[in-house]
Amino acid sequence: MRRHIASPIFWAKRSPVFWAKFVQCALLGVIVVAMLGAGQSRYDRLGNELMCSCGCGQILLECNHFGCPGSPVMIRELQAQLASGASDKAILGWFATKYGPIILAAPIRGGFDDAAWIVPFTVFVLATAGTFGIVWLWKRRAGGLAMAGAGVVQESSPQDAAMRERIRRETEY
Amino acid sequence: MPDFGSFCLLLGLILTVYTFVVGSLALWGGSAAGLRMTHRPAALWNRLGETARRAGIASFIAVACAAFALVWAAFTNDFSVEYIREHSNIALNPAYKFATLWSGQEGSLLLWALLLSGYGLVLRVRHRVDVRLTAFASTILAAIQIFFLLLLCVGAPPFSIHPGAVPADGAGLNPLLQYPEMVMHPPLLYLGYVGFSVPFAFALGALMMRYPGEKWIHITRRWTMVTWLFLTVGIFMGAHWAYSVLGWGGYWGWDPVENASLMPWLTGTAFLHSVMMQEKRGMMKNWNVWLIFSTFMLTILGTLLTRSGVVSSVHAFAQSDIGIWFYTFITIVFAVCLFTFFLQRDHLKSENKLESLVSRESSFLFNNLILLAACFTVLWGTLFPVLSEYVQGSKVTMGAPFYNRVNIPIGLFLLFLTGIGPLLAWRSTSLRSIRRNFVLPSIAIVATAIGLMISGVRPWNDGDDMHATFFSLMAFSLAAGVITAITEEFLRGAKVVRTQTGKNLLASAILLTRRNTRRYGGYLIHFGVVVIFIGIAGGAFNQTREQEMSYGDQMTIGPYRMVCESITQDSKGEYDTDYAVLDVYRGNKFVKQLFPELRHYFPGTDHEQQQTMVALHSTAQADLYVIFEATNPDTGRPIIKAHLNPLIAWIWIGVMIVVAGTFVALVPNLTRTVARQRQEDLAGAGTPVLGTAAVLAKAPHA
Repeated sequence: MRRHIASPIFWAKRSPVFWAKFVQCALLGVIVVAMLGAGQSRYDRLGNELMCSCGCGQILLECNHFGCPGSPVMIRELQAQLASGASDKAILGWFATKYGPIILAAPIRGGFDDAAWIVPFTVFVLATAGTFGIVWLWKRRAGGLAMAGAGVVQESSPQDAAMRERIRRETEY
Repeated sequence: MPDFGSFCLLLGLILTVYTFVVGSLALWGGSAAGLRMTHRPAALWNRLGETARRAGIASFIAVACAAFALVWAAFTNDFSVEYIREHSNIALNPAYKFATLWSGQEGSLLLWALLLSGYGLVLRVRHRVDVRLTAFASTILAAIQIFFLLLLCVGAPPFSIHPGAVPADGAGLNPLLQYPEMVMHPPLLYLGYVGFSVPFAFALGALMMRYPGEKWIHITRRWTMVTWLFLTVGIFMGAHWAYSVLGWGGYWGWDPVENASLMPWLTGTAFLHSVMMQEKRGMMKNWNVWLIFSTFMLTILGTLLTRSGVVSSVHAFAQSDIGIWFYTFITIVFAVCLFTFFLQRDHLKSENKLESLVSRESSFLFNNLILLAACFTVLWGTLFPVLSEYVQGSKVTMGAPFYNRVNIPIGLFLLFLTGIGPLLAWRSTSLRSIRRNFVLPSIAIVATAIGLMISGVRPWNDGDDMHATFFSLMAFSLAAGVITAITEEFLRGAKVVRTQTGKNLLASAILLTRRNTRRYGGYLIHFGVVVIFIGIAGGAFNQTREQEMSYGDQMTIGPYRMVCESITQDSKGEYDTDYAVLDVYRGNKFVKQLFPELRHYFPGTDHEQQQTMVALHSTAQADLYVIFEATNPDTGRPIIKAHLNPLIAWIWIGVMIVVAGTFVALVPNLTRTVARQRQEDLAGAGTPVLGTAAVLAKAPHA
């Protein structure tokens, strides 16, 4: 018997071992994601979180202007801050206080800045949930219609069958 | 000439207003006559509509003359025209004098109007495709054209006269723009932007007139694809220009102007996919209408954002006072779209519903979701500094770290869907079909991931760049899966054709493609996109070195060793130049000589400008990208910076594949009748030329 992957029966008949493996894989994925960024050196990481102050619009460690009035000073300041043992947050906060929040390459000060990160993911998650919801609703309606029209299908003529076959062929791609 | 140009613009505006007003009247009158609401005969309204169409055609001539007048002024060094004084000079190369047309705010708006009237011309000349629908689209295009011509006549006139005495020379064109690709990039990008006006006009027109069926989609399919192609090539040409000219080693900076071009591309791509659902199954009509409305509005919004000074950009014309024009226009467009939609929404009922989560339809749905999520992220990132200033009183920077972190996972999901979408059947896909189609791609994904990890791509070892390595590993693995899936599809189809025709596999694959150009052209486009992803993923392994060099000094980066042969200075009229001569070796084998250069334009003047000329050694494996950064004033020695950018050439190769795929998809299918007839003629007559000619003569589209 053909079992459809979208059918609830297909999923319901999975063994506990399958579900255990499924959960393991999911946990592994979460751990991998959680590990991301764990080993990056502080200098590189922080240098890539800051903009050059000269107005070139480039990341501090990517600024390619020799004689740039901003980047050498900032790099020295970054090294001094790292040597002082301050935390990442404190260092970035120090730069934001000195040069203004525009010096941070991405909004990371907390408060309203968090909206910059939360909103795209929230919209994405809601849109995905909405899409699944719509698909589920459509499927339910299509199922209902198929049930309602079951009698009609039995009485279909050869022309109807030919038409259905033609539609199937035409919608193959 | 400036007077002639201004006159032509005014004439163009009058003709366009006539096209809009009389065209609207004729459409209303035609409908009223059909419903017997007016005593005037329909023929009268048709004649009136025809005058509107002809006025629309004439408006193209007027706008083309205005553009010609501006180019003429550039070639004749007419510095009495303020725009020419600001963007040209006597010594400017003729090719760049032509490019003066789109080098500044006013000229680029004139180019926009010219292209819009050009598209309008093609549409109006080909009105017999569907006279009434084209009349609606023509009237809507005229309304858009009125806005741009009004802006050119009042808000940003390109023929403004320089106050006071005529200057002896102009300020010249920005040296960064004096590059062959810059002659091509803006017009291609604008062809893309402006081109979306046509499917928008058809969609709005079809909705207004309650156009039966999906014929408007067939009519606009080629328009949309060509427009999308122009926008794609325009965007990537801009990226290639940034890579080759700006000298920072990258190609995409997430600047608001770049974002403005990306947003309509994303929604346009979503439209090209989801419109197939409407064509094939009569679904997602509301969605498609709003997708094309949004795409058009995003082209305007992007222009508004980047030209009004709302957001800061490193690009030109970011600060100006024409923002209010665009605010007004976009508000009107949105209001018209919303009003028409609510008035006619009952016309947009779906004929079918989605039957399964595992189907081609749902893959399109998720593809749209991903593309729109990416578009929203870009829009959000572009607007957030403004929002932040409003809420917190201070602007923030939304740089590459933000976009990369948010968009890379979205991009990988899109890559995944690129592979699985075409493997799913319409309506629903059986488990057996999934097994059959997905086994090989899955094996390819796993094998690539394992192979890469064995060969050293191990995110957990890459402390400094773990993120990038992990995402690259994902991208390469998924790319392998998608390429396997596409190849499998081609081979499966080709084998069937081989069985039918007895041709070899390659000939069968070509015949297969010709029989369904849209499907297999689409696969080629997907393949190109995958190749682009591979090129982008190579960025995780970029290397950079910087050092002072003088005669005999060496610098090593990746497999390359560069030896400085000489440092030279020269004067070439328009600019002075410092350049280094570097011999490049791979191991002990001489590869190439590179000449990184630093140019000093307008030396000794107030507006002296330095520009690095990148020296590039490009291979499929990696680009060696060398720049002459500056001369150290203390030591007098040049600072040479080298980047090793792996796989970057694949981005440009991928774009070429996308272009080829789009061309294939644009070619009409070789119909079965024609193919069979051709085979019979070839077999029977024994004279292929005559046989083919006979078939072509019989073919309906010949």
